[in-house]
Amino acid sequence: MLVYLGEEIGAAAHERVVRLLRLLQSEPVKWIRNIQPAYCSLLITFDAATVDHAEVRETISGLEKHAKKSPAAKRRLVEVPVCYGGEFGPDLEDVGEQRGLTAEKVVELHIARTYHAYFLGFAPGFAYLGDVAEEIATPRLETPRKEVAAGSVGIAGRQTAIYPFATPGGWRLIGRTPLEIFRKDREPMGLIAIGDQVKFQPITRAEFLAMRPA
Amino acid sequence: MSQLVVEAAGLLTTVQDFGREGHGVLGVSASGAADAVALRLGNLLLENKAGTPALEMTLTGGTFLFPDGAVICLAGANFGAQVDGKALELWRPHAILPGKRVVFGPTKDFARSYMCVASGIGVAEFLGSASTHLLSGLGGWEGRALRKGDVLPIGRLEKNIRRRRLRAGVLDGLKPGKTLRVTRGPQSDWFLEEARETLVGGQFVVSEESNRMGLRLDGPRLAARGNAEMISEGAPLGSIQVTPSGQAIILFVEQQTTGGYPKIANVIAADLHCVGQLRPRDAIRFEEVSLAEARLLWIERQKLLGSEERLFA
Repeated sequence: MLVYLGEEIGAAAHERVVRLLRLLQSEPVKWIRNIQPAYCSLLITFDAATVDHAEVRETISGLEKHAKKSPAAKRRLVEVPVCYGGEFGPDLEDVGEQRGLTAEKVVELHIARTYHAYFLGFAPGFAYLGDVAEEIATPRLETPRKEVAAGSVGIAGRQTAIYPFATPGGWRLIGRTPLEIFRKDREPMGLIAIGDQVKFQPITRAEFLAMRPA
Repeated sequence: MSQLVVEAAGLLTTVQDFGREGHGVLGVSASGAADAVALRLGNLLLENKAGTPALEMTLTGGTFLFPDGAVICLAGANFGAQVDGKALELWRPHAILPGKRVVFGPTKDFARSYMCVASGIGVAEFLGSASTHLLSGLGGWEGRALRKGDVLPIGRLEKNIRRRRLRAGVLDGLKPGKTLRVTRGPQSDWFLEEARETLVGGQFVVSEESNRMGLRLDGPRLAARGNAEMISEGAPLGSIQVTPSGQAIILFVEQQTTGGYPKIANVIAADLHCVGQLRPRDAIRFEEVSLAEARLLWIERQKLLGSEERLFA
């Protein structure tokens, strides 16, 4: 069941998402099988053999009223070095052209903000970061690429993200980080968690190559 | 521990169990057997726990040597398995003598065949499951598909395995069909009425670009009402997303956990194993059911699969 807690991307809706998530994590409901948070929603997968939709709706709306009153979550700052453009950011020029900006200006606008990690989805460790400046917001590609390199930084609408693994992907790629975004032998496994603050730092190609794990 | 030696891996062979549901917060999808019904029955026939890790083969199977022998059960699609040139029947336990090899060929019917082994296959768990997640290289055997030369630890040969058999008729009710039942998706209203009619009236063909992440469907395009950019949200297993070009994609076990494309419908839980048995170029249709019907079908399926009396002779 999809639980909607707002109709536009922003801090208000997301705060409600995080609060309900924290409540469901601290006081687990036994028929909930999985929770997938997003910008304005939580997808709740439940055991349909145990409960029906009406009961799920009633329980969750009760918990949401309770969650609203809980204290705000703490935020961590994560810094991510990125080499912009060239082979690492094949769509950087294109994003600039679409928005009437130089590539340098696109980068400047991308690094200027501190982004909010709204949720992880799409693939393990893939954090949806926002909000990207309106001036560089560009839609997804019509036809997604069949493979995007791990560490690629992309833009889709007013969202930006880093691909943790080589996967298919439809976001416009503007750069790449040498950091490993998701490692199962690390705790926490993901570099970025829901609710974190994320800042990008431009690096040169030489710095990228030097920082890349052997 | 005894061993299983991969002499030929087949097209795509991975270790799978029931997957690791419950890690959406990390962006980790459940993975797990594409046909969980076959995995369950194969294991239960061996008196294993239903979710014991097994080998999932895709379209063409491999060749596996058992230096110490084993008791195995084949389930799902028929890949024409043989030992010493003699066919191995599906859905029943077989003792494989030490030094013998099980040779699989190309499929004769469906997409995925399972080789379950008494006492299971010993691989380390990641987030509570032995399932391979190919996209991220996590879980299973080194996070990847098996290769020639891999040697996997398996359970010791049980001498007193019962000759369990399925009751007549059990498989008829569970046979993977080509008509998938769906409920309406959360963005079903984003589509023109014609698109919704096309979904349930039209014929779609599973594209070659389909895998455990998702099945791309060729066929009639499904037109949305406008060009609204959707706010990404959680996407359940079996949800049918529609790309801006109108192509339908069924999200499957190694799915992306969220998506930004509108979801027109969702394959019901009781038909997900059918999705796992679809081959590229298979023609399929969709049939709409209500949430209440979908739930009843799921409850009935769970009852059947949970009842040893109804399953086994």
